[in-house]
Amino acid sequence: MELIDLTLIWIGIIGFGVFMYVLMDGFDLGVGILFPFAPGDTERDIMMNTVAPVWDGNETWLILGGAGLLAAFPLVYTVFLPALYIGVFLLLAGLIFRGVAFEFRFKAKTSRYLWDWSFFGGSLVATFAQGAVVGAYIQGFETEGFTYVGGPLDWLTPFTVMTGLALVAGYTLLGATWLILKTTGPLQSWAYAVASRMLIAVLAFFIIISFWTPLAEARVMERWLGNMEWLWVFPMATLLAAGWLWQAIHRQREGVPFVATMVLFITFYVGLLISMWPLAVPPDHTFWDAASAPASQLFLLIGVLFLTPVVLGYTAWTYWVFRGKVTQESAGYH
Amino acid sequence: MELDPLLLSRIQFAFVVSFHAIFPVFTIGLAAFIATLEGLYYRTDNPVYARLSRFWTKIFAVVFGMGVVSGIVMAFQFGSNWSAFSYTSANFLGPVLSYEVVTAFFLEATFLGVLLFGRDRVPRGVHLFAACMVALGTFISSFWILSANSWMQTPAGVEMQDGLLHVTSWAEAIFNPSLWPRFFHMALASFLTAGFVVAGISAWYLRQGRELEVNRKALGMTVVLLAMIAPAQLVVGDWHGLNSFEHQPAKVAAMEGAWETKEGAPLILFAIPDATAERNRFEIGIPYGASLILTHQLDGEVPGLKEWAAEDRPPVGWVFWSFRVMVAIGLLMIVIALTGLVQRLRGRLFHSQRLLRAFTWMIPAPFVAVLAGWFVTDIGRQPWVVYGIMRTSDGITPSLTGGMALFSLIGFVLVYAVIFTAGLYYLVRIFQAGPEAIDAAGTEGGHAKRPFSAVETGFEGGTTTTAGSRG
Ligand code: HDD
Ligand code: HEM
Ligand code: HEM
Repeated sequence: MELIDLTLIWIGIIGFGVFMYVLMDGFDLGVGILFPFAPGDTERDIMMNTVAPVWDGNETWLILGGAGLLAAFPLVYTVFLPALYIGVFLLLAGLIFRGVAFEFRFKAKTSRYLWDWSFFGGSLVATFAQGAVVGAYIQGFETEGFTYVGGPLDWLTPFTVMTGLALVAGYTLLGATWLILKTTGPLQSWAYAVASRMLIAVLAFFIIISFWTPLAEARVMERWLGNMEWLWVFPMATLLAAGWLWQAIHRQREGVPFVATMVLFITFYVGLLISMWPLAVPPDHTFWDAASAPASQLFLLIGVLFLTPVVLGYTAWTYWVFRGKVTQESAGYH
Repeated sequence: MELDPLLLSRIQFAFVVSFHAIFPVFTIGLAAFIATLEGLYYRTDNPVYARLSRFWTKIFAVVFGMGVVSGIVMAFQFGSNWSAFSYTSANFLGPVLSYEVVTAFFLEATFLGVLLFGRDRVPRGVHLFAACMVALGTFISSFWILSANSWMQTPAGVEMQDGLLHVTSWAEAIFNPSLWPRFFHMALASFLTAGFVVAGISAWYLRQGRELEVNRKALGMTVVLLAMIAPAQLVVGDWHGLNSFEHQPAKVAAMEGAWETKEGAPLILFAIPDATAERNRFEIGIPYGASLILTHQLDGEVPGLKEWAAEDRPPVGWVFWSFRVMVAIGLLMIVIALTGLVQRLRGRLFHSQRLLRAFTWMIPAPFVAVLAGWFVTDIGRQPWVVYGIMRTSDGITPSLTGGMALFSLIGFVLVYAVIFTAGLYYLVRIFQAGPEAIDAAGTEGGHAKRPFSAVETGFEGGTTTTAGSRG
């Protein structure tokens, strides 16, 4: 057979793409969720300005996730989207409302508050929907052969509501630590306070989900109990990262909280992958069942291997162009 | 009443893709225009170019934003409503759409930030570079998406194995037979759209006597461009039609309103096609016209719709009339653009109130033509989703119920109605504020202001300040 397992490589690439999306759009959705709670209107302007030049690039990782799944794991694309039909609609509607708010808000005068709500509501709904998708993935899908045969609202269960809320807390934490990094003064102090509260919320969700998931899904239970001799490393890593983050917030170390939050997210993500491996469409289909033709995987792989470093390169470059604190006075680059 | 998920999905797809289409077709052309202005400014240091570029960049930001959010919807429509089609054709469509993301979407989206907000953060050359990258990204994007669509029209390079399409030749599949005519037709359509909008808005300012220098420059530039590409579109359109005649004769029969196969078929100018009676009513035509256009011979044979079983024919009326709308607008564009050029050469362009008014009235025309063109192309492909390989009715998501489809259709209509109304309203406000909001140094006048909105414009009671009353 093949010398290299293309499917395995693609799991890595898609996993990376999804993770990039979670981190990058995560913080700007989080900023959106925090929006109405900000100390004042000036602060809201600053908050929006910290993400305005980069949100579009961040969101593009979501499109890569969608198109990449269609290319490498079409079964995932064609089962998840029909199964989550209503949720996907909400996600898209949310992304639309928060996306246009960037341009419309600064344009509006009397109707400005509407776009504030659109930015907040859109971010909140989109985040909740993404969290519910994760929950639905853990829960699994009713399929017959290669098509989804369940009902329109099968995905909406107490468990997925829980994962939805958990992601809201998670993105808010990312958003708050991003604001710590990018702002000064009262806004930054506020962000410190929010971050510390959100960290507690995130840990609470982590604990609930860590117990709920294995209790609800026997295969997850087996996975963890069967390999406890080395799997304990992951919850420990999560707690360590959380401790580091807590300290960084309380010692007011500007850049560290954001990095620590990213590390925390990595540990969640790895934990999730371990629980689910190797299922792409639980409970019946693995990534290998879901894979597209090797010729297609290979054709795209060649391009992706060359282009991803280029994309990462110019993405890093724009972040560098817009580095530094954003303040009320940081005019001059219009 | 029984809700048909197929019909509802078709309506939904047509609605969301048509909504999306009006933004890219404008941004592709406008991005190229902005890059040109930035280039001219870089070379000549003439502040007029800087002001024009800044002004049109504001418009661009709003339109591009709406293009992006409506585009994201499209990326998920394939899976949510057409999962059987997506699953069957994933081996081709997946890589093509992914290449679009990695070669185009990242490029546009990332450099957009620098184009809009980086003007004073990066050297001028780098800013120009960002403008060029955005423009390049829009073109690469249209290449891939048109490759996907053209492949659905004229599939090539694939083979069906166990119900799934496998690619046998990437080159044949990507560069399928109708790609190039479609790509060039669409590229010209984008230039025509941006060109007519810029010309129409500039003419509107000129009639009001506003900012004469800047707006004359813009109108002068675009009129020359339009006079070249409007006729070129006719030539490319003809090539495109010949290509479809070869590969999708049923579509062309519907475009021509031809029921019977004829040698020396007439070019029908007006008719009301009647699909049940399989004939046209009130037909007015030019004898031999269709044969002449399609076969370049007076007595060439043009197949009629009766060659195909009734269930294999596209909805004739839509295709027939959409085609006429598009071509009529194309011809009108040629007339107006050439008149503009002649008047310009005679030095009268900027003073002819009637011509200036005509340019302003033309602003919606390219959008109508573009949608009409897509209606011809995609309705004309019916009943196939992948021409000759998969029927639209087989492509639908099996689990989709009529209720779900109705829910999302109503949802999208409501969301888009809000977004579109607001977007249009803000665009009109930017247009009303005009290039006056940008001072001669090429920067926006006024005090320190919010850095990160590309579109801020205040205009209390006719005066034009920038940041307005905020803060
Ligand atoms: C010929 C041009 C063209 C056509 C026919 C389409 N698009 Fe489009 N699309 C573009 C040209 C474009 C663009 C110029 O690249 C846009 C417009 C505004 C923008 O932001 O990028 C864009 C945006 C855009 C985005 C957001 C990209 C971003 O975040 O930058 C997505 C996901 C899609 N499109 C997907 C689609 C799909 C699935 C289509 C098919 C049904 C489609 N587009 C038709
Ligand atoms: C952007 C401009 C476009 C417009 C305005 C447009 C318009 C339409 C319309 C009106 C239909 C409905 C046909 C019918 O059901 O009677 C349709 C169908 C469809 N189009 Fe396009 N189209 C565009 C681009 C594309 C592209 C680029 C693709 C693919 C890559 C595409 C894929 C499809 C598909 C999959 C359908 C199937 C659904 C159906 O048949 O109803 N379209 N389009
Ligand atoms: C001047 C005369 C024109 C002719 C003879 C012409 C011809 C055609 C033909 C034959 C098609 C259908 C292709 C198919 O079979 O799938 C088409 C599609 C289309 N036309 Fe035109 N066209 C003209 C003008 C225009 C203008 C002025 C615009 C817009 C500004 C435009 C925009 C489009 C678009 C967007 C499509 C769909 C995409 C495609 O298939 O290329 N056309 N045109």
